[in-house]
Amino acid sequence: MTPVVLSLSNAPALWAAAMLVKIIVAFSVLMGIVAYATWVERKVIGRMQTRLGPTMTGYKGLLQPIADGIKLFFKEDIIPNEASKFAFMLAPMMILAPALISMAVIPFGSDYHLTFGGVTYLIPLQITDLNIGILFILAMAGLGVYGIVLAGLASNSKYSLIGGIRASAQMISYELAAGLSIVAIFMLSETLSLSGIVTAQQGVLWGIKALPSWMHNWYIFSQPLAFGLFVVGSMAEINRTPFDLPEAETELVSGFCTEYSSMKYALFFMAEYANMVTIGAIATTLFLGGWDGPFLGWINFLIKVFGFMFFFIWVRATFPRLRYDQLMQMGWKVMIPLALGNIVVTAVAILLWQ
Amino acid sequence: MFKEFAKGLSITLKHLLPGHSTTVDYPKQKLTMSPRFRGLHRLVPTQTREKCVACYLCPTVCPAKCITVESAENEKGEKYPKVYKIDLLRCIFCGYCVEACPVEAIEMSDKYELANYKREDFIFDKERLLK
Ligand code: SF4
Ligand code: SF4
Repeated sequence: MTPVVLSLSNAPALWAAAMLVKIIVAFSVLMGIVAYATWVERKVIGRMQTRLGPTMTGYKGLLQPIADGIKLFFKEDIIPNEASKFAFMLAPMMILAPALISMAVIPFGSDYHLTFGGVTYLIPLQITDLNIGILFILAMAGLGVYGIVLAGLASNSKYSLIGGIRASAQMISYELAAGLSIVAIFMLSETLSLSGIVTAQQGVLWGIKALPSWMHNWYIFSQPLAFGLFVVGSMAEINRTPFDLPEAETELVSGFCTEYSSMKYALFFMAEYANMVTIGAIATTLFLGGWDGPFLGWINFLIKVFGFMFFFIWVRATFPRLRYDQLMQMGWKVMIPLALGNIVVTAVAILLWQ
Repeated sequence: MFKEFAKGLSITLKHLLPGHSTTVDYPKQKLTMSPRFRGLHRLVPTQTREKCVACYLCPTVCPAKCITVESAENEKGEKYPKVYKIDLLRCIFCGYCVEACPVEAIEMSDKYELANYKREDFIFDKERLLK
């Protein structure tokens, strides 16, 4: 019997249950990674700087994220008198939410087969397969900026306001570069759906049989420049060190989040780590063939995402922070022209190939 | 430019390998200090009393003005410090007091765990310094 793709029309109850399970699993795994990313980051950076990192709480400091969470919950939560209270509370959530929502369109693995009531259903390991997946992700990435500006504005502090605006200037300019670098991907794959892009990356490179078998048709091989631009651009967009100028506004007064404390402050950092996971997941899907690989689908996916997380941490331990003018110059004068050039070259190459 | 990036990344990666941490897992593992380490002061005792003859040289030389000495005479007619106090909150561990002492009655030990909860606990009197 041929399997059918599970959808709302053919088995609504099962579809809803599967959806709920997928959302809960994806969310808890993401939150688990976010919590333990802080531990990994402190350990790895510690080692790289010839220190030990956390050792006290639990075995090798493994309970540190939990201890940090408890501590942050019980810290005094200060809201400045003159701040606009509603917007002040809304801002951290507005930063965190887009990072979580982007995960909804990312395919984690190949279809899961489930036989139920005599019918074999195919359940895609993806919360929802939008046919405009990439555009959705770009839109969500853009929304994070609102949270940053809102945080600065609502604090009613001039430093925070200037910090927020500067941060948004940085994020918007790098979003352009990252967004433009993706254009080449959907020119190649001729689809905007992320599952479509993963499928397009299966098989050997460009269909040439003579190439070694490990050379999959992953877009990192055909679009190395776009890959580099995307990774650097999105790192700058999510304020990941060495582009963490929003946090270190002239210098180390935290810029847009100066007035935040306790759990609200922690939300900004949860957002940073959630963003790291999301960027890793997107880069994996777009350039590294998503869940394609030697192991079971979602294991490949996790390995690749962890690879990206490690890379981000590694870069943080290595490079000093950029100055603001260097940051802007690199964004507008180097990355955007390179991304545009890459689109032109890709377009010409596609035309010649056909 | 890429060469420099790769070089920087390789340096940090090398440190990730085991055996590169120079930090000690402190409360579980302690270092022995070198003999020249300047930690907590100690008044050197003799058989019957402390060596100090209450000459007031150390409070005079102390740049932080944190030593208090009050002299008195014992039944044999020898001078001894009735009060000898060092306020460690002000001490800068310069070691001048040790250098100034004519009878080598004060020295600096290798004790470095000097944290306390109360300000008063940082005042080291004669009994604590003799230990
Ligand atoms: S070490 Fe220096 S500062 Fe401390 S008591 Fe001696 S002379 Fe004073
Ligand atoms: S210099 Fe030496 S002998 Fe003189 S008061 Fe200080 S510790 Fe005592």
